[in-house]
Amino acid sequence: MISIEQLSKVYQTKDRKIIGVDDVTMSVEQGEIFGIVGYSGAGKSSLLRCMNILERPTSGKVVLDGTDLLSLSPKELRTARQSIGMIFQGFHLAMSKTVLENVAFALKASKVGRVERRRRALELLDLVGLSDKADQYPAQLSGGQKQRVSIARSLANDPKVLLCDEATSALDPNTTQSILKLLKKINRELGLTIVLITHEMEVVKEICDRCAVMEEGRIVEEGETYHMFAHPQNDLTKRFIQTVLDFNLPKELLEKSKGTIVHMKFTGELAGESIVSDLLKNYEVSGNILHGKVDYIQNKALGTFVIELTGEDAEVQRAIEHVRQKVEVEVLPHDGSVHHSVAGAE
Amino acid sequence: MMDQFITLLPELNKSFLETLIMVAIGLGVALVAGLPLGLLLFVTDRGLFLENKVVKSVTGIIVNLVRSVPFIILLVFLFPFTNFLVGSTTGPVAASVALSVAAIPFYARIVESSARDIDRGVIEAAIACGASPWLIIKDIIFPEIKPGLISGLTITAISLIGYSAMAGAIGGGGIGDLAIRYGYYRYDNFVMFTTVIILIVMVQVIQYAGDFLAKYVKKG
Repeated sequence: MISIEQLSKVYQTKDRKIIGVDDVTMSVEQGEIFGIVGYSGAGKSSLLRCMNILERPTSGKVVLDGTDLLSLSPKELRTARQSIGMIFQGFHLAMSKTVLENVAFALKASKVGRVERRRRALELLDLVGLSDKADQYPAQLSGGQKQRVSIARSLANDPKVLLCDEATSALDPNTTQSILKLLKKINRELGLTIVLITHEMEVVKEICDRCAVMEEGRIVEEGETYHMFAHPQNDLTKRFIQTVLDFNLPKELLEKSKGTIVHMKFTGELAGESIVSDLLKNYEVSGNILHGKVDYIQNKALGTFVIELTGEDAEVQRAIEHVRQKVEVEVLPHDGSVHHSVAGAE
Repeated sequence: MMDQFITLLPELNKSFLETLIMVAIGLGVALVAGLPLGLLLFVTDRGLFLENKVVKSVTGIIVNLVRSVPFIILLVFLFPFTNFLVGSTTGPVAASVALSVAAIPFYARIVESSARDIDRGVIEAAIACGASPWLIIKDIIFPEIKPGLISGLTITAISLIGYSAMAGAIGGGGIGDLAIRYGYYRYDNFVMFTTVIILIVMVQVIQYAGDFLAKYVKKG
């Protein structure tokens, strides 16, 4: 669908060069929701804006459906952009236009006639649930409603792909959820490919099929969302995932604990409870559950279980070895200073 | 006093009309030439969709050049051009040549600065929609700055009233001319006060009408 080859974007200021995107090669498949995560300044926004040539890459290729966007004339590029929708953190609606006119503008850009523009714009407003706001001005809408208008505008020309530039970052958690639901609905119903960038791992967890983590202009890790959550490799990825899956045991609890604190991670179909109950049944140890949580990512369960095992050291070790054969196990230190996935964090 | 006023009335009417003609022509030209010039200054700016360093700097320099010449000097400087254009250097129509030349860059800068107040993101979103530069100017920039364009016209009109008094002093006619001829050369305070009051009322009316209109066209 979209393939990006060795793309770099360098910003030249008076006295130095700033590398925005550094030799990125990636591709987004037809019909998927692809997330790019990173802190601000990681280059994710530059990368996204290179995908519709809002920013012209310094080098590399952007190929959409077999068309190299960089080889197009200005006019051809405008036509190509009509098949790439885009929404922004700040919505970017024209304040002097009504909701309907804002959506119709995109259709005007593709030279759709007046009557058809109105019909299609109303249809799109209906899709995003704002038919009753057609004649209002953006200033009268809430943030979530504004983003819906901008989604309607971005969908006006039946795009092949939708680019989302921090689309939910300015919204409260509830509104974020409803916008994400809408994006997912569009993705499923219209088969629209979505590329989104965000600094919120929650967003990725919620809707992305695949994701990539960016740092200093490079993609440091990329893969299926579930896999990334279950088996993060890069420290930065771990840190991002921690923001969603994090559990913080009180320091005093860890310090006071006499037993061995074991952190288990259950992925896929494994039922956490039976493994734990087996463990307690078959070994001479007693367990004290400190934390337990199951997250659903792409409808697959990812369970976290922290248990304090007490008993004879050798027996506890055997018990841990037994569990290790089935799930990922980590023994947490008692001082509470090091969290298993905090390694590398500030 | 009433008698004085009645004797003055025909002259006052004529002067008032002349001022109106000068301001109206200046304002008309400002709108027709200054508006596109202001938009050109804006869209050729750095980071905008018709970025063009050469056009931007050349236009900018010309605009600054005209604006840096004091109006009364510009007036005299343009006499040959005025003579060529309207065949005379006196009268309101001749005066309005210099007024127009001064009004164009004045209004252009106002247009440019109101366009700069538009959220760049809105323009960017329009580009992302695949809109052509002309569509963006006509359908996004223009409606967004419409209230600013009208406020700008108000400011320009009021400045032109001031300039027209100077033009009057060297043969352009108008209320300023009246004030100088009677009030300054003949120490006729009555005429002077009358003209000042008329000018004050004119400025107030224009400002009020301008504000009202700007508010009226403001949407959203």
